[in-house]
Amino acid sequence: MKKEFDMTRKAYTLSILVRDVPGVLSQVARLFSRKGYNIESIVSGETDRPGVTRITIVVHGDEVMISQLAAQCRKLIPVLAVKLLDEKSSIQREFALIKVQAADRNARDEVIQMANIFRAKIIDVSHETLTVAIFGEREKTDALTRLLEDYGVLEIAKTGTIAIERGRSTIYDDNKIKEEYNYGKNVL
Amino acid sequence: MKIRATQAIMECLLEQEVDTVFGYPGGSILNVYDELYNYRDKITHILTAHEQGAAHAADGYARSTGKVGVCFATSGPGATNLTTGIATAYMDSSPVVFLTCNVAEPYLGKDSFQEVDITGIAMPITKATYLVRDAQTIPDVMREAFAVAATGRPGPVLIDFLKNVTAPSVEIDYEFVPWTQNRRLGSIKALADAHELKAPEPNSDDIDILADMIAQSEKPLLICGGGVVRARADKEFRELAEKLDAPVAITVMGGGGFPGGHPLTAGMIGMHGSQASNVACNECDLLIAVGCRFSDRVALQPETFASQAKIVQIDIDRSEIDKNVLTDHHIVGNAKRVLELLNQRLGQYSHPEWKEHILPLRQPSIPRVSEQLTPKQVLETIRRLAPQDTIVATDVGQHQMWSIQHFHFDYPGQLLTSGGFGTMGFGLGAAIGAKMGNPDKVVVHTTGDGCFRMNCNELATVEHYKLPIITVVFNNGTLGMVRQWQHLIYHERYSETTLDRGPDFVKLAEAYGLKGFRVTTQAEMEKAFREALSAGCGCVIDCMLDMDEMVRPMVAGGAHITDFLLH
Repeated sequence: MKKEFDMTRKAYTLSILVRDVPGVLSQVARLFSRKGYNIESIVSGETDRPGVTRITIVVHGDEVMISQLAAQCRKLIPVLAVKLLDEKSSIQREFALIKVQAADRNARDEVIQMANIFRAKIIDVSHETLTVAIFGEREKTDALTRLLEDYGVLEIAKTGTIAIERGRSTIYDDNKIKEEYNYGKNVL
Repeated sequence: MKIRATQAIMECLLEQEVDTVFGYPGGSILNVYDELYNYRDKITHILTAHEQGAAHAADGYARSTGKVGVCFATSGPGATNLTTGIATAYMDSSPVVFLTCNVAEPYLGKDSFQEVDITGIAMPITKATYLVRDAQTIPDVMREAFAVAATGRPGPVLIDFLKNVTAPSVEIDYEFVPWTQNRRLGSIKALADAHELKAPEPNSDDIDILADMIAQSEKPLLICGGGVVRARADKEFRELAEKLDAPVAITVMGGGGFPGGHPLTAGMIGMHGSQASNVACNECDLLIAVGCRFSDRVALQPETFASQAKIVQIDIDRSEIDKNVLTDHHIVGNAKRVLELLNQRLGQYSHPEWKEHILPLRQPSIPRVSEQLTPKQVLETIRRLAPQDTIVATDVGQHQMWSIQHFHFDYPGQLLTSGGFGTMGFGLGAAIGAKMGNPDKVVVHTTGDGCFRMNCNELATVEHYKLPIITVVFNNGTLGMVRQWQHLIYHERYSETTLDRGPDFVKLAEAYGLKGFRVTTQAEMEKAFREALSAGCGCVIDCMLDMDEMVRPMVAGGAHITDFLLH
């Protein structure tokens, strides 16, 4: 049977496990620009395994495009595993630092209140500004950012989304697809 | 044992049983060439006229011998001149290791003289790139590079050494390990461990499923793709075709994977495919593609491609599955091994009606009536006079399609052509590589006047190394394939395709110290080709053809596979 694809455009989250060799991040990122797709966010960080990095990429597109990207990614020699994570089966979070203008007491109080409602933290205070740190789903950050815009947002630094599967399954799990891609990498 | 870093580079080449390299020296790679001087008895270096020629030569060597090709170039322009050659090798999955040197560490990233980020440039057109900053890693990098180039889906790899790494004073620990024994060592082991690689074996259930599909099929069609050639799986493929008793369509890259003269051959498939192959593709109920990625020149219209068939793809590269054409079933693995296992499960089938329906359609296309010498006459003359195992290297365009349609290729590596990248100027370099790798075989280079003008500087290489390569120029005074499109699709607006200019290719050949012939009739062609075969030196035969000759049949890009624009 031929595969069928969901052609609606939506945000997809790709978790990519790579060997930490020089140039690997640009090798992965290149695949997206090659097809003219914009990466919404990209995060790279260490894992529990030495020499192994996890890259999380959020990109908008349809299923055909995402499976092509995942396929090209899996083919790269330093790539150990690629997993498509959806909202139902995974937990997705981002972290943001928002510097807000708050020159008077009223503004400061309101911003602090708002931060509390969102369970965000004030991590820096000056005479004219407050810096809010918020951790959560993207929608939560966006909602807080919109509210803070009334006071004047001076700058924002975001990590982009990181994601992990719910339950027992992990990105390391063996499967047939991994075996099939390993055929192309077999240096033995 | 402590040896010089550059010595380790040479020893690592010897580990891989490399005896021939192609290249061009320069400032940054001087230390490596200085070491090569010590190894000149063990490693033959072919100095080409241009780095692009060296890249194509290493590629042609790899394609024709099945071994890994090796090519040297210096930093900056030397390295960028390789890029067309690297991309050509990449698109056709040819294993070549490119060695370049870059400026020394203190000059790196400062836009120094002849500095370029070649590992960055080559990233999208290689399987892997390595920047060597630490001499101690040389043996590891070299061994891994060769392993990566040769295994899985083969392809080019680039290693860039910083000049300071190659300095004569740099010494490293080194021990000679033949390539057959290095696969469980150092960085290869680390790579294998990271991926938890096991000895590769195709999935047995997947092969059973295909065997069942075959049992249910009444109109099966086989496609022989480049994977059959790269895996040298011609015997296994032939056994499969004969057991299946099914017509075989051959892609451009599959030329040599299945005997061109075999009674089951339906001919080339795709844009200039035979009627037999294209109709069979449209009417079959089971399509088994081996080592074929359904490029846009084969699956011209992916959504209607083999629309009545269950499509099965056998490929070593999992990312090719469902890429261009959606499949019903796939088997990932080396073509040789998959077919071996499949053949064990198959009995003898017979499809006389289906064959009778398809194979008579492979009659040659209607030749154009012309008083001038025709491409067909040129090719028939070569085919008649040259030994059957002659290696044919082509450039790109009309002569390429004619050559592939007319010659019968019998073994992998007999046809050298730039199928994926379509590189004009590939042929002469490739022919040089092929002749170096196959000194006992006749090598014919077919080219057009447009292609030949691009890299004819390599005639200097042909002459210097006394390589009796026969270049046959299909000289129609135009960029024929582009003109054909302009004629058929662009209302005869021949924009910038007429090549009414020099040089005189006969005089050019003579200027390079080779023999040149100009032929205008079949009789002259026969005489010239006979002479060329026994000349013992490189020859150029300039065949004067009509500019309105076209490649037939033809299906336009994006059109249905049986919607012939020309018959």
